[in-house]
Amino acid sequence: MQKLLPYILNGISAGGQYALISIGYTLVYGILRLINFAHGDVFMVAGLILVYSSATLPFYFSIPLVLVCTAVLGFVIERAAYKPLRSAPRMSLMISAIGVSYLIQNLAFYLTGGLPQPVTRPIPWVSGMVTVLGASTKRVTLVTPVLTLALVLVLLWLTRRTRIGIGMRAASRDFETAQLMGVKINSVISFTFVVGSFLAAVGSLLYFTNYPNVAITSGAMPGLKAFVAAVFGGIGSIPGAVVGAFLIGLSEEIIKGLGYSTFSDAFTFALLIVILCVKPTGLFGESAADKV
Amino acid sequence: MKRPMRREAVLTAAILLLILAAAVVLDAALPRYHIVIKVIKKGAVYALVAVSMNLLNGFTGLFSLGQAGFMLLGAYSYAILCIPVAKRMGVYQYFQGGIMRFSLPELCSGVFGEAAGTVVGMLLALLAGGLLAGFVAYLIGLPVLRLRSDYLAIATLGFAEIVRTFIQWNALGPLTNGSNLLKSYPDLPGAASYLLLIGVFIGVIVLITSSTYGRAFKAIRDDEVAAEAMGINLAHHKRLAFVISSFFAGVGGGMLAMYMGTVQALSFKSTMTYEILLIVVIGGIGSITGSVATSFFYIAGLEWLLRGLDSGKFLGIKAPGVFKNGFRMAVVSTIIMVVVLFFRRGIMGDRELTDLLRRKNRRRKEESEHG
Repeated sequence: MQKLLPYILNGISAGGQYALISIGYTLVYGILRLINFAHGDVFMVAGLILVYSSATLPFYFSIPLVLVCTAVLGFVIERAAYKPLRSAPRMSLMISAIGVSYLIQNLAFYLTGGLPQPVTRPIPWVSGMVTVLGASTKRVTLVTPVLTLALVLVLLWLTRRTRIGIGMRAASRDFETAQLMGVKINSVISFTFVVGSFLAAVGSLLYFTNYPNVAITSGAMPGLKAFVAAVFGGIGSIPGAVVGAFLIGLSEEIIKGLGYSTFSDAFTFALLIVILCVKPTGLFGESAADKV
Repeated sequence: MKRPMRREAVLTAAILLLILAAAVVLDAALPRYHIVIKVIKKGAVYALVAVSMNLLNGFTGLFSLGQAGFMLLGAYSYAILCIPVAKRMGVYQYFQGGIMRFSLPELCSGVFGEAAGTVVGMLLALLAGGLLAGFVAYLIGLPVLRLRSDYLAIATLGFAEIVRTFIQWNALGPLTNGSNLLKSYPDLPGAASYLLLIGVFIGVIVLITSSTYGRAFKAIRDDEVAAEAMGINLAHHKRLAFVISSFFAGVGGGMLAMYMGTVQALSFKSTMTYEILLIVVIGGIGSITGSVATSFFYIAGLEWLLRGLDSGKFLGIKAPGVFKNGFRMAVVSTIIMVVVLFFRRGIMGDRELTDLLRRKNRRRKEESEHG
C-alpha cells in the first residue's frame, strides 16, 4: 500500500485533469452528437499560451489570459468549422473536427518551430512540494481534485439554474424542439464550446504543472483518454464524465504502480471497447432508441 | 448502353497503361533516389491505403479510424519476414538476433532462382501482412462493428493505439524488435513496379465494388434499415467490408515499410490515419479515382513542389522569416479545411474516371438528339 500511495495520489490528480477535459467532450457531444477531435488540441494550445505568456507576464495576468484566450479559441473553432456544417451529415462534422485538429497541430508546429516548449516557470505554490501520509508530491495533486469538484458544482448549478444552462440541457435532449421552444441554439452551442474550452484550459494549467514541456502532440493522448472517460461515464452526463475520468486516472496510475506502465494506455482503450460492447450508454447515460 | 461502356473501359485502360509506360521511362531516365521516383512510390502507397479506407468509409459508410493500426501490422509483417538471415543479428542486436530464423525472399530464391524468388518472397510477405491485418480486423470487428458510427470511429482509433503499444512491448522484442527500428529488408526496384502492384490491388477493389458485394455495401451506406429489409445480411457485409479494407491497408502498410526502408511503430500514429482520411475527403468520399489522384497530388505537393515553403524560397519569393520549418504543413492543412468546409464533395464527388469519359460521350449524344 505504501508503495502504491504515490500512484494513487497521481491517479486522483490525473483523474481530475481528465475530468476537466472530458466535460468539454460530453457537453459538445450531448448537443451536437459530435466527437470534438480538436478538443485535445485546444488543451495543448492552452499549455502553449501559458508557456509563452508566463515567460514575460506575471502570473496574476498570464493565467487569466490563458483562460480567456482558450475560451475564445473554442468559440472561434465552433463558429468557423462547425456552424457552417449544421445541416450536413454527421460524418462531415466529424471530418471537419479532424481537419481542425490537424490544422491546429500544424499551426502550432509552425509557430513553435516544432520543438517542445519547456515549462520554464511552473505556476508557483501549486508546483511546490508537500508530504501526504509519507509520500512526497506536488501541491497540484491535492489542488486538482478540489478545484475540479468545485468547478463541476458551479457547472451543475449553471445547467440547472441559469437560462442558458437550461437551454443547453434542452438542446441536448432534443435539438429541434428546443429551437421551436425559443432556445437560441447558436448562442447555446457557442456557450457550450466556451465553457468546455475554459475547463480544458484549467485542466491544462494543472496538467502542465506536472510535465516539463508542452509538445504539439501533448494534447492528443489526454484528449483521447478524456473522451474515453466521457463515454465510460455515459456521454452527455456531466457527473458521469467526472466519475469516469477519476476511475480512468486511478486505474491507469495503479497499473503503472504495479509495473505494467507499457499497458496503461492500452488498458484505457481496451476498457473503451469493452464498455462500448457491454454497456454502450456508459455508467450514467440514458438509453435512447433510434427511430426508423 | 453496353457498347459505350466498353469503350470507356478501353479508354481508361489505355490511360492507365500510358501512365505505367511513363513510369517505366522515368525509371530508366532518372537515378533511383530522384525525387520524382520517390514521389511516385510514396504516392502509390498512399493511393492504395486511401482506396482501402474509401472502401470502408465511402462505399460502406462505416467510419473507421483504425487504418494506421492495420498498416502497422502489415508493415511489421513485411519487415519481419523479409530481413535477410545474415543481417538479423545486426537488426535485432538487443534480442540475440530475434527468433525468426528464415527470410521469405531467401527461401523463395531457393525455389524460383535468385531474382524471381526475391520478388515472389516479397510479394508473399506483403500478402501475409495483409492476411494478418484482415484476420485481426475480423476478430476486432466481431464486437466493434455493432457500434454506431461515431463510437466505431473512436473504438477503432483506440484499437490502433493498442496495436502500437503491443508491438513496442519488450516481451515481444525477439519478434518485433521492441521499440527499435526494423531495417535492411529489400525494396522493389522502380516506380513502375509500385504502380503495377497497386494497380493490381486497386483493380481488385474496383471489381469488388462493382460486384454484388459492392452493391450491398453501397446499400448499407445509403440506408441500413432499407438494406436489411431487402435481405442484405448487415453484420456479414459490414464484417466483409472491414476485413477487405483492412487487408489492403495491411498490404499498403507493407509497401510503406518497403518504401521507407526502415520501420518503427512510433511513426504509425493517429495523425497518419487522419492524413489518409483527409486525402479521401479531398478526393471525394466514394470515388476511387479521386482517392488515387489526390494521393499523388498530396504527396507530390508535400514532398516536392511545396518544399520551398519550409526552406525560405518559394516561387522565387524569398522570405525566410515566413517560409520556415512547418509552414508547408500549415498551408496544406488550411487548404484541407477549406475543402472540408466549402467543397464538401471533394474533387471528384462520387464519380470515377469512366464517368468523366462517359459524360463527354453522353453530352455529344444528347446534342445530336436535340439538335
